[in-house]
Amino acid sequence: MKFDTPAGLNPIDKGRVVGKAHDRIDGAAKVTGTAPYAYERHDAAPNAAYGWMVGSGVARGRIAAMDLRAAEAAPGVLGIVTHANAGKLGKGNMNTAPLLGGPQIDHYDQAVALVIADTFENARDAAKLVRIDYTSEGGKFDLAAEQANAVKPPEGGFGGSPDTAVGDFDGAFAKAAVKVDQNYSTPDHSHAMLEPHASTAAWNGDKLTLWTSNQMIAWTVGDVAKTLGIPKANVRLVSPYIGGGFGAKLFLRADALLAALGARQVGRPVKVALARHQIPNNTTHRPATIQRIRIGADKDGVIDAIGHEVWSGDLPGGGPETAAQQTRLLYRGANRMTAHRLATLNLPEGNAMRAPGEAVGLLALEVAMDELAEACGVDPVELRIRNDVQYDPEAGTQRPFSSRKLVECMRAGAERFGWNKRQEKPGQVRDGRWMVGMGVASAFRNNLVGKSGARIGVDAKGQVIVETDMTDIGTGSYTIIAQTAAEMMGVPLEAVTVRLGDSRFPVSAGSGGQWGANSSTAGVYAAAMALRAKLAEKAGYSVDQAEFEEGLIRHENKSQTLAALAGREGIWAEDSIEFGDLDKRYAQATFGAHFCEVGVDMDTAEVRIRRMGGAFAAGRILNPKSARSQVIGAMTMGAGSALMETLDVDTRFGFFVNHDMAEYLVPVHADIPEQDVLFIEELDDKSSPMKAKGVGELGICGAGAAVANAIYNATGIRIRDYPLTIDKLLKARAA
Amino acid sequence: MIPVELTVNGREAHLQFDPRTSLLDALREHLHLTGTKKGCDHGQCGACTVIVEGRRINSCLTLAVMHDGEAITTIEGLGTPDKLHPMQRAFITHDGYQCGYCTPGQICSAVAVLEEIEAGIPSHVTDDLDKVALTDAELRERMSGNICRCAAYPNIIAAMNDVAGGAKA
Repeated sequence: MKFDTPAGLNPIDKGRVVGKAHDRIDGAAKVTGTAPYAYERHDAAPNAAYGWMVGSGVARGRIAAMDLRAAEAAPGVLGIVTHANAGKLGKGNMNTAPLLGGPQIDHYDQAVALVIADTFENARDAAKLVRIDYTSEGGKFDLAAEQANAVKPPEGGFGGSPDTAVGDFDGAFAKAAVKVDQNYSTPDHSHAMLEPHASTAAWNGDKLTLWTSNQMIAWTVGDVAKTLGIPKANVRLVSPYIGGGFGAKLFLRADALLAALGARQVGRPVKVALARHQIPNNTTHRPATIQRIRIGADKDGVIDAIGHEVWSGDLPGGGPETAAQQTRLLYRGANRMTAHRLATLNLPEGNAMRAPGEAVGLLALEVAMDELAEACGVDPVELRIRNDVQYDPEAGTQRPFSSRKLVECMRAGAERFGWNKRQEKPGQVRDGRWMVGMGVASAFRNNLVGKSGARIGVDAKGQVIVETDMTDIGTGSYTIIAQTAAEMMGVPLEAVTVRLGDSRFPVSAGSGGQWGANSSTAGVYAAAMALRAKLAEKAGYSVDQAEFEEGLIRHENKSQTLAALAGREGIWAEDSIEFGDLDKRYAQATFGAHFCEVGVDMDTAEVRIRRMGGAFAAGRILNPKSARSQVIGAMTMGAGSALMETLDVDTRFGFFVNHDMAEYLVPVHADIPEQDVLFIEELDDKSSPMKAKGVGELGICGAGAAVANAIYNATGIRIRDYPLTIDKLLKARAA
Repeated sequence: MIPVELTVNGREAHLQFDPRTSLLDALREHLHLTGTKKGCDHGQCGACTVIVEGRRINSCLTLAVMHDGEAITTIEGLGTPDKLHPMQRAFITHDGYQCGYCTPGQICSAVAVLEEIEAGIPSHVTDDLDKVALTDAELRERMSGNICRCAAYPNIIAAMNDVAGGAKA
């Protein structure tokens, strides 16, 4: 089904199942521990041997010598995979550095060996006996030191053009009555999902099955095939449950490749989970940024010039952190510029983490807006309302937003949060030993769409079955897909079975960039329309006049059950949604307003979040229950980026030092009090037949800036170098 | 190999373990009770929380051979899809999870935390040591060893309050 004109009234608009809050249909499996994750497939691959990855001990250089004798002689060892015996390997389209290093080493903890043994303990102990001599070649590890050497990255990619310019930014900024010109920095971040990267591999002749934890099945099938040099048809991926991803599991990674190589070498299934302490340096991370923002406005805060420059680093062949992308679309201003510059760094591979670009771009932009509000003496909520723009400000009025309710979010959110109690002047409110302040920030995340397929059938019992390679990474895909099928086929939610995450199913949009929910349910919508046509034809009714409800297909005063029509062999249909150019003709994005109240201890500068709240507009909210969970979870990750999250770089040896969950801090229960989420009613008919948009990343976008602005309001201390830790606050207070 | 007798979810098992095998790996790899999760294997995340002799512990930080003769309850022992424990039911009702990977540990902790408060065991945030109150602050403090990166935190606290309220009524 081609989606190239705005959606009219369609079966989803009935809203009988879609749009209602539902418990997750995979809930019972998750709360009882019976949902099988990738390392737990005793059912599918009994007798799997255990692999333990050995990572490089240098950041850049060469393996001079490897001595495997002691490891090979260790108890229970079945084999050791290295570059010397793995055969010729390609590199996946989505990988920057090879997943199995040697003799060349591209980054610290790049895999250099997999030790396979009969037990986990034997594999782990034998791995310690692998002796490797390296020739270290040093490298560049410090973004600030390399900032001046950063270059314009190639055109293309998710972030669009690295340089954009409209009007005369320099001239307009120079003339502006009120100016903000500040630098901000954000550190490297780790996804830190709870399930490590994990895979179980089994070969049957030349056919490989990988039970793995992966967000993008079709991408990864392709990269497994390319890396191993085998046909895609010989690769099956199974990933029904994924213990968190946040972008870490978009790609083929070392666990899956090494499990496949290991299973081939030892002639039996092999499973590999990365040890927690290997994850930050072996896999991908969100790159650090240095950002400069300049905003020129009139005395009432109306923006005339806005510029955002971003510097980040990555391995050779890698890409930039596109942190200026929201600045192209969020606020008005006739004169604008953005620029991204990329430095070569020999740190582990930088790549996407939840809301790549916006998540850290808004940590800077929304603090700059707070600074502009103060400079103009305009309330920060009012400032954002004044600078709203209903069209793409680079393209002009001929490219309107498909829907944009930033102003509604700001007003409703402010009202609900009690924003009118905020004191404009910082440092005015005390509660015992706590200095108390409030902050606001806009939320913005692009709405991406992608081709997505599904097949759907009815069986003789009237059960509707949906199959697609879409994944559920905690996002609630199982449930919203079931809701979509139930709505379309006129059956209760309980009459729908959803099967996900298997490369034998039609290719979906997958989970990433908050495109999954809208795109994959639209794919199910397309398949369901095809099934409705088949059922109507079999019933002898006109599909345009047939009603699907209560397990029946009805036409005038006649009806037949879906079960009877399906018969013993069932009826199946398959289709996909393909998106035309509506996302070119219209700017499509999701919006929101974040509010936060913090307390800062007057002596120790300890920051405690007291309340978070927000209002969000993201098209039709398919399942308000799981959508709210997505938003509060993302707000919490945003709070983490404001207060604690940082991968600290050892700039001498080129690795992330705090590479485990004891030292890479993320918010815990005690850090997060009640969070309030309001969804603003919105249908976006240009986004998809579902009239929905993405919501899984919107919640992180701006959340950390609201925390930072609240800290400023509480204390009068403005820190522009994230995270805003106690040491920085105390140092600024002393100055 | 060392012989060990464990009572897991009410069932006695006579087993032989490598002395290096953690209780977590004994459950997951030997007994195939994979509901207990390995998130960090170093006591940093709480995903492996089980209840041993009535107390919640991180099963990755203890060796299987140290538990000879002891009774262990895992998530599988609390309830099944057909017969959910009230805490499991409440986690579904309040959406106290997303990806599900920390969930068994959160639920085992949540069940034990309510018992700890009931038993009057104080925590860092307890104001009156003679009377431990069931407050959100107490729940958050005691649950902070169980990290949820999807961050269903307020929903988990709501689920716990739901169960605690139900138990009182």
